[in-house]
Amino acid sequence: MTRPIVSLENIHKTYGEGASEVRALAGVDFKVMPGEFVAVMGPSGSGKSTCMNIVGCLDVPTLGSYRFMGVEVESLDREELAMLRRHYLGFVFQSFNLIARTGAAKNVELPLVYKGVPRRERRALAADALTIVGLADRLDHAPSELSGGQQQRVAIARALVTQPRLLLADEPTGNLDTKTSEEILNLMVDLNQTRGLTIMMVTHEPEAAAYAQRVLMFVDGKLVQDGPPEEVLS
Amino acid sequence: MSPFDILRMAIGALTNNKLRALLTSLGIIIGVASVILMIHLGQSASRSVTDTISNLGSNMIIIQPARSKRGAGGQRIRADNFDIEDVQAIKDGIPGVMVAPAIFHGALLMYGSTARAGSITGTNNDYLEVRSWKLEVGRLFDSSELTGGAPVCILGKTIVEELYGDRQPLGTTLRLDRSSCQVIGVLAEKGNTAGNDQDDVLLMPWKAVQRRFKGRDEVDIIFAGTRSPDQVPRIKSSIEILLRTRRGITSEDAEYDFEVRDLQEIVQTLEQVTLTLTALLGAIAAISLLVGSIGIMNIMLVSVTERTREIGVRLAIGATARDVQIQFLVEASVLSAIGGVIGIIVGLGTTWVIATLLELPLVVSYPAVLISFGFSALIGIVFGFVPARKAAHLNPIEALRHE
Repeated sequence: MTRPIVSLENIHKTYGEGASEVRALAGVDFKVMPGEFVAVMGPSGSGKSTCMNIVGCLDVPTLGSYRFMGVEVESLDREELAMLRRHYLGFVFQSFNLIARTGAAKNVELPLVYKGVPRRERRALAADALTIVGLADRLDHAPSELSGGQQQRVAIARALVTQPRLLLADEPTGNLDTKTSEEILNLMVDLNQTRGLTIMMVTHEPEAAAYAQRVLMFVDGKLVQDGPPEEVLS
Repeated sequence: MSPFDILRMAIGALTNNKLRALLTSLGIIIGVASVILMIHLGQSASRSVTDTISNLGSNMIIIQPARSKRGAGGQRIRADNFDIEDVQAIKDGIPGVMVAPAIFHGALLMYGSTARAGSITGTNNDYLEVRSWKLEVGRLFDSSELTGGAPVCILGKTIVEELYGDRQPLGTTLRLDRSSCQVIGVLAEKGNTAGNDQDDVLLMPWKAVQRRFKGRDEVDIIFAGTRSPDQVPRIKSSIEILLRTRRGITSEDAEYDFEVRDLQEIVQTLEQVTLTLTALLGAIAAISLLVGSIGIMNIMLVSVTERTREIGVRLAIGATARDVQIQFLVEASVLSAIGGVIGIIVGLGTTWVIATLLELPLVVSYPAVLISFGFSALIGIVFGFVPARKAAHLNPIEALRHE
């Protein structure tokens, strides 16, 4: 039996105290198995972002148990969380978040620098990752010299270069036009199918969620629907 | 992360904003440069004083009447001048001492059609020894010239150059006002000390000056000298005792109406003054360094705020708080170390220019240079600490959401 990559049990997250207390998550349970492509949907304030932050080991739950690759995350300190992110997680953001005035390859190399990979090896790995996303000829272009779609590809390459177990994408097509969005989503589907990469993607666009195999729908801090897109989105 | 990667990352971040990096370093550049400049100029000035004194004759004792003394009625009156008998008394009374009287007289010097104003010094052969003069050509006064007050003279280089040009001075007759003298020697060049032309000098037997120009028996200054510096204090006190007796100062606590000074004292006083000045100017320069350091802290804080999102990304992709903290510390240190290096270069360059213009000796103090560099690197660590800590403690989620 394969072990789930992500396993949430009765996860609660509250911000603030007393009268100003905000319940972002109120008892969420789900598992993500290796090789899945999951879309996370919900209106703003539904808790989907909070949930992704917890899954991405950027935040810890107030209550409940979160296991990432079998590891109890809520007992880890900042340093240990950073180690999990460094070795097993890849992040893609809505606004690309590349380091300005720094070449594409250098941006992609960054996680490897923190991982302590030697310089020569880094360059080769970065070139490989950029080849996978179709930017083999743009290694030294700065973000400002690339289109939005190309920047997002660099960001995906940066997330891929450490060969993570889970890719987390937060509204990856939110800043892109329809055509480019389709390209990026197709790239993610391709990575999922040909490389078996597990992906969780937050989106508010049903068109984007349709690319996933499974959709989680959040409302008011609760997981209200969990199923294939054709079922949840209909 | 390897140290090279950290350094490369820091330099990369700084070159991304070259103008800002340069302007931030400017505070450190100016601070370090002014510290370097002040310390070095202070040392140059101090060296210049020492050089000047040893050029003047380091074992020299100067004996002069006091500017004034207390008269019989309590009012201040002029102290009596020394005369040639005092010179003789010192010579006879203290073994191993060289004594030279100096009688100064201003006169118009003429040779052929050239003329210039000059000062005649009436003295003896000891004068050259005491004041570290060397004869370049010619000879010293002989004893009959000294005792007879013969009209012979020894010239300094400046007078030779200005009055004779390319002509040979030895054996010629130089007119001095209505009198004249025969040139028997030329002194070796000494150059300028503290802005005074040491070579603008004309020596004659003291008796000649006394007879031809002064008509009185007084001398202006008595110079005494010893063979070695450690004899100076002993000879000085012997001279004092001798002169007290000669001038009728009997009671122990009575005021001296003369001064016996040696150059060591003057050196010490002047060195004290330059040291105090150096310390004072150095302290002022250090304040500008402090202001520059605060500039670094300020810009690094701005930079942390500006790059909040970048920090969020770095944290998300696996940087630890410590990685981020070190990155910002190294950035601040590189900034201030580069400022330090440029500051040292600018400071030494300016020192060189000023020392050349003021004709001071150039003294490079390697400890001062090393300390300045170490200090500027330290500034980065100390003043980079607060911004680096701020960066490291950012919450990655909030940092990523930062606009």
